[in-house]
Amino acid sequence: MTELIIEPGRTERQYWRDLWRYRELFYFLAWRDLLIRYKQTVVGVAWSLIRPFLTMVVLTVVFGKFGKMPSGGVPYPILVFCGMLPWQFFSTALSESGSSLVNNSNLISKVYFPRLVVPASSVITSFVDFVISASFLVVLMIWYHFAPPANICFLPVFVILAFAASLGAGLWIAALMVEYRDFRFIVPFVVQFGLYLSPVGFYSSVVPEKWRLLYSLNPMVGVIDGFRWCLLGGEHTMYWPGCALSLVMIVLLVVTGIWYFRKTERTFADVI
Amino acid sequence: MTSPIISVEHLSKRYIIGHQRAKGDGLRHAIEDTARAPWRWFRQRLSADFRPPASGVHPKAADVLPLASDLSRATREEFWALKDVSFEVKQGEVLGVIGRNGAGKSTLLKILSRITEPTEGRVRIKGRVASLLEVGTGFHPELTGRENIFLNGAILGMTKAEITRDFDEIVAFSEIEKFLDTPVKRYSSGMYVRLAFAVAAHLEPDILIVDEVLAVGDAAFQKKCLSKMGDVARGGRTVLFVSHNMQAVNTLCNTAILIERGVIADAGVSSIVVNNYLQRQTTAQSATSQRQWNGEGDAFEAGGIWLHSVRVSVSEGASCDFITTTQPFNIDIEYSNLLPGRPLLVTVILYSPDGAEVFESDTSRDPRWHGKVCATGRFKSSCSIFGNLLNEGQFRIRVIFHNVDTMQALLDCNDALVVSIHDNEERNYSWFGHFKGFVHPKLDWNTKALCGTAGLQSATSKSDLKQVP
Repeated sequence: MTELIIEPGRTERQYWRDLWRYRELFYFLAWRDLLIRYKQTVVGVAWSLIRPFLTMVVLTVVFGKFGKMPSGGVPYPILVFCGMLPWQFFSTALSESGSSLVNNSNLISKVYFPRLVVPASSVITSFVDFVISASFLVVLMIWYHFAPPANICFLPVFVILAFAASLGAGLWIAALMVEYRDFRFIVPFVVQFGLYLSPVGFYSSVVPEKWRLLYSLNPMVGVIDGFRWCLLGGEHTMYWPGCALSLVMIVLLVVTGIWYFRKTERTFADVI
Repeated sequence: MTSPIISVEHLSKRYIIGHQRAKGDGLRHAIEDTARAPWRWFRQRLSADFRPPASGVHPKAADVLPLASDLSRATREEFWALKDVSFEVKQGEVLGVIGRNGAGKSTLLKILSRITEPTEGRVRIKGRVASLLEVGTGFHPELTGRENIFLNGAILGMTKAEITRDFDEIVAFSEIEKFLDTPVKRYSSGMYVRLAFAVAAHLEPDILIVDEVLAVGDAAFQKKCLSKMGDVARGGRTVLFVSHNMQAVNTLCNTAILIERGVIADAGVSSIVVNNYLQRQTTAQSATSQRQWNGEGDAFEAGGIWLHSVRVSVSEGASCDFITTTQPFNIDIEYSNLLPGRPLLVTVILYSPDGAEVFESDTSRDPRWHGKVCATGRFKSSCSIFGNLLNEGQFRIRVIFHNVDTMQALLDCNDALVVSIHDNEERNYSWFGHFKGFVHPKLDWNTKALCGTAGLQSATSKSDLKQVP
């Protein structure tokens, strides 16, 4: 029989094994969030199509029609949607997982399980939305008779990067929100400004060359560029040094996110 | 002797209360604190380096001036929810944890179930722990009963395969078959609790931690829960049981610990610990075992009777503060008769907690006293109440003095005393509720078989009895 030792400040070696043992909880919590998300709504799951569609229309009109941004020969709605897919995933994942611990405070203060499960399963829920929205991209491409290039086989890499970025940021926000509810107000701002600060409505090549590396400090820049590179092709879409920097930022975000989360996790039940 | 399955060594848990209130709370404070850290460090260095030499100026002046951050820290107060708690639990043992609200019981359980971290000390646990700190944790009101069974099972650490295997049993135990596909937000609270306990009861941990499950549900369901807990314990698993129901603790647990203000005040065989705890409680509440009227102005005097005291006494030096349902006791009334030449009748009326009359009894039962002319002087009349008469509860005693000749009431002390009767008797079946009625006499029962050949068998073979035509 395994012996468990509870001591102050003890980093449990069992933690990752516990996480594995509770692996089904990821699934159940994500499943719960999906089940209740569209309960008592009329159009139900269609909301995960309507939202990106409307945003796409607005961004196409603002950047494509009024702003006259370069489209590189790609239909502007497709260009926007390729940027919006990862961005919408990131932003919903960030807000959902950010508030997930606080929303599940009754669980946190009553039952033990690795707390990492809660924000992680929120990211999974957002990922399901992402997949549903992605189906709309297929429709859009058929409508415009646009065939994606061979680069598309690299798409899973960037999906994983988007997932990692969402998880890393989500863990930070979730852990911080337990003690500082201020993040409840900060996160909507981040999401709102991020839509315009990230190259969602335009190619990142619009940004002047000398600022581009700095611009890539935003981890989503690399991810969105990568999505466009996979789905739209064209060498000008990709700025590899920037992508590498974004990758470093994502790794940093995930590693520090897990570190901070694990550090504060033990006191969650006391402060939540 | 088996080795301990849980061993708790010098466990302490500190909470900070009044936390960060002085300087705005939340993020602002944290940023401020971080931003000021270099300045604070600088100032501390400064005050250390440029401390004026001891020449007239108080050498510690720089230290006496409190820094802003120290001020805010001073408003934080430490609170030790647990302090240096040590105990051991052996495999298959059922340990009761008792104590008043806020004594630290729940903190202890939270540490044992790894919800929160101790400040000091260490716990070693061998095996899988499951805790029922609050039934229905993790139920989502929007989900149906079926969905919640799966969700809650997963939260409590069951695998999907285990839940699927036990699903029918869980539904049968909870008695909500009909409403399985209704969202639990439309459930009655009783249904909700039944479902929640049913899921929890089908966990199969090595150590089960149970907190206040009995506070909910009707008597029949309580009985079911307790017998389920009994099964768990008989199955060789270890149970930690926190409850305010002393009969339940007494019957279910072998050993118990009493926690008071974060420390273990008592530990040992459960019946002894429970008794001690109840006694402490009654003494703490109010000394109801006696009431005295001493002094001139304080005396209760009417109709030529001076009432000195009414008290409850118990034979053979047992404690008067703690009277159980089985125990005989006396009501002693001490008084002085100030007017000679009249026969006195002393009456005691006992009222139930809700004010109904339970019985009336008077000194006419004493032939040596009744009808005799009473001289002046001090007297003591005792009314003995035999054991196994009153049920548990708080009974009010009223004392009345009459003149037997005229039947004129001389003195009427309406609320002379309130006596608490406790039920801590171990029961031979798994129901721990309150017996109905004001009295709880031990009446004889006798059951005979009228037809069939079966004689009396032990309770374990109930199923055989049923087969008799």
